[in-house]
Amino acid sequence: MIGNGSAPAPFASFPGPTVRSVNDPFHGDLLEVSMGPQHPSTHGVFRMVVTLDGELIIKLKPVFGYLHRNHEKIAENTTYLGSMPYTDRLDYLCSMSTNWAYALAVEKLAGQAVPERAQYVRVILAEMTRLVNHSCLVGFLFNDLGTSFTPLLYAFREREKFLDLFEALSGSRMMCNYQRFGGCRVDPSSEWLEAARQIVENYPRFLDEYETMLTGNEIMLARTQGIGRLGLAQAINAGITGPVLRASGGSYDVRKVDGYGFYPRFDFRVPLGEHGDTYDRYMLRILEMRESVKILQQAFRDIPAGPIMDPKAKLRGFRPKAGEAYGRIEGPKGELGFYLISDGSPNPYRYRVRPPTLINLTLLEEMCLGHTIADAVVILGSIDIVLGEVDR
Amino acid sequence: MLGSGILKGLAVTAKNFVGSYHDPNRMVTVEYPEQRTVLPENYRNFPFLVTENAEDPIGSLRCVACQICEKECPPQCIIIEKSKDKKPDAAGKMQLYPAVFNIDTSVCMSCQICVEVCPFDSIKMDQVFEVAATNRFSGLLLTRELLAKPNSYFHQIHPTDADEVDTRLAAERKAAEEKAKAAAAAKAVAAAAKAAAAPAQPAPAPSAAAPKAPLPSA
Repeated sequence: MIGNGSAPAPFASFPGPTVRSVNDPFHGDLLEVSMGPQHPSTHGVFRMVVTLDGELIIKLKPVFGYLHRNHEKIAENTTYLGSMPYTDRLDYLCSMSTNWAYALAVEKLAGQAVPERAQYVRVILAEMTRLVNHSCLVGFLFNDLGTSFTPLLYAFREREKFLDLFEALSGSRMMCNYQRFGGCRVDPSSEWLEAARQIVENYPRFLDEYETMLTGNEIMLARTQGIGRLGLAQAINAGITGPVLRASGGSYDVRKVDGYGFYPRFDFRVPLGEHGDTYDRYMLRILEMRESVKILQQAFRDIPAGPIMDPKAKLRGFRPKAGEAYGRIEGPKGELGFYLISDGSPNPYRYRVRPPTLINLTLLEEMCLGHTIADAVVILGSIDIVLGEVDR
Repeated sequence: MLGSGILKGLAVTAKNFVGSYHDPNRMVTVEYPEQRTVLPENYRNFPFLVTENAEDPIGSLRCVACQICEKECPPQCIIIEKSKDKKPDAAGKMQLYPAVFNIDTSVCMSCQICVEVCPFDSIKMDQVFEVAATNRFSGLLLTRELLAKPNSYFHQIHPTDADEVDTRLAAERKAAEEKAKAAAAAKAVAAAAKAAAAPAQPAPAPSAAAPKAPLPSA
């Protein structure tokens, strides 16, 4: 529906007409397009209100909250253990690493030790999650570029092997609910570890094939190089973390900075981008997957025998003493943190999630300005958002 | 050469297309209703209640209605009402039983926390996933009659876990029996000692028994 140019509201944050004309004193007549929340390119129920001059973006306003499920308040009204399955639903593609972030925060709060074998299993599962997330992200990015599903389905084919492993270990493909305070729920058998090792050994071959298909593609190069640039200073000021920051050249990886879990024992490098454009963000994910394979190989080599759960860990009647703790991990999408305040009761007094994707979204407008509306879709795809985590 | 990257990519897609007919690495899907993949042993879907005796499922539920799972369930999908009377359990101890035990599977999120917190190993995860119903009230609300499944079924779907539970329960029951036997023996010894000591102080026994005497006749 095209309006008649009467005075528009300053921000069209309410669902209104999909397309309307607006008037700007500097640019003259512009077109305001509401993309989403049911647009297939927005990776969920996300809405962008884009003001266009021809095809160029003059203004972009992200609108989110359509998937708000009151996660933090629910967690304050349930026990510490009861929040664990809810954390699966935050970033529903990477439940294993989200579980770890929450378990880490509660373990810090309660002063709970974790046995060595559980630490290795956690590293293995977190890095597998990274492989799953990054390969699917690249698939989705190419979907946005118009390759209509082929790379995505190849990524899904590989992902299925990892999800089968997760299912065999935890009982569920995506909603794993696997980590516990003081260890992991199920001890992986030697057959499971061998099967996982085999799949990880074969993974670089898939990556090579993936790269042969995608990296040299001229259409992709033309659509991504120099598109959606993000300067390092700007990224640091906005608190951007994860692959988006590293693609801009910021050397910040919580695995190195914080050394949580047993990451200091592993030998791996943190790849960095230079230009901070969409192409660097794509390439960085491919390089990170190769580093993850290295970590996994070391973990399969070094994993010790022993208990998977700390014998002193309590399942029923878990009440940490009053205090506060912040546990953070390098999730596949950035720094994922849980901030907890305990007042000694079975429920947390305050429960707060630091979602990497919400904070990475804040600079979407800066990345998109001056590019076309088709590029906005690709830039959004390269940030890697999951609406379960953005809206919580 | 411009376009060589695209051609290389197309070669990969061609290889995948041909491979999808013969390479097991590239054939990952099955034709679902006719072909089925084997579920892993750890697979979980919705909870069920373990019973000791397949002939009398409701009478031999392991559940003693302690309501821990009801309290711990994160989405609050379990509804339990305690019984008024008590029944003997498998070890012969008098226990409460659930008069009502409902699980609302339209709310349940299959997280397995009820299984982990249960101190009696009475609730376990089922593997039935074809549970579509046309009525969301009667079809998705599982009552205790629908939830009760025999221990042999538990052995069938989670053999490792079931063996471990059975050995542990058998050990616990044996220990309880021995403890009861030891307690009975100790009681007998104490009674004998008391009987031996009784003639010395006969006075308190009748006075203690006297007020209670009218009660059975009343």
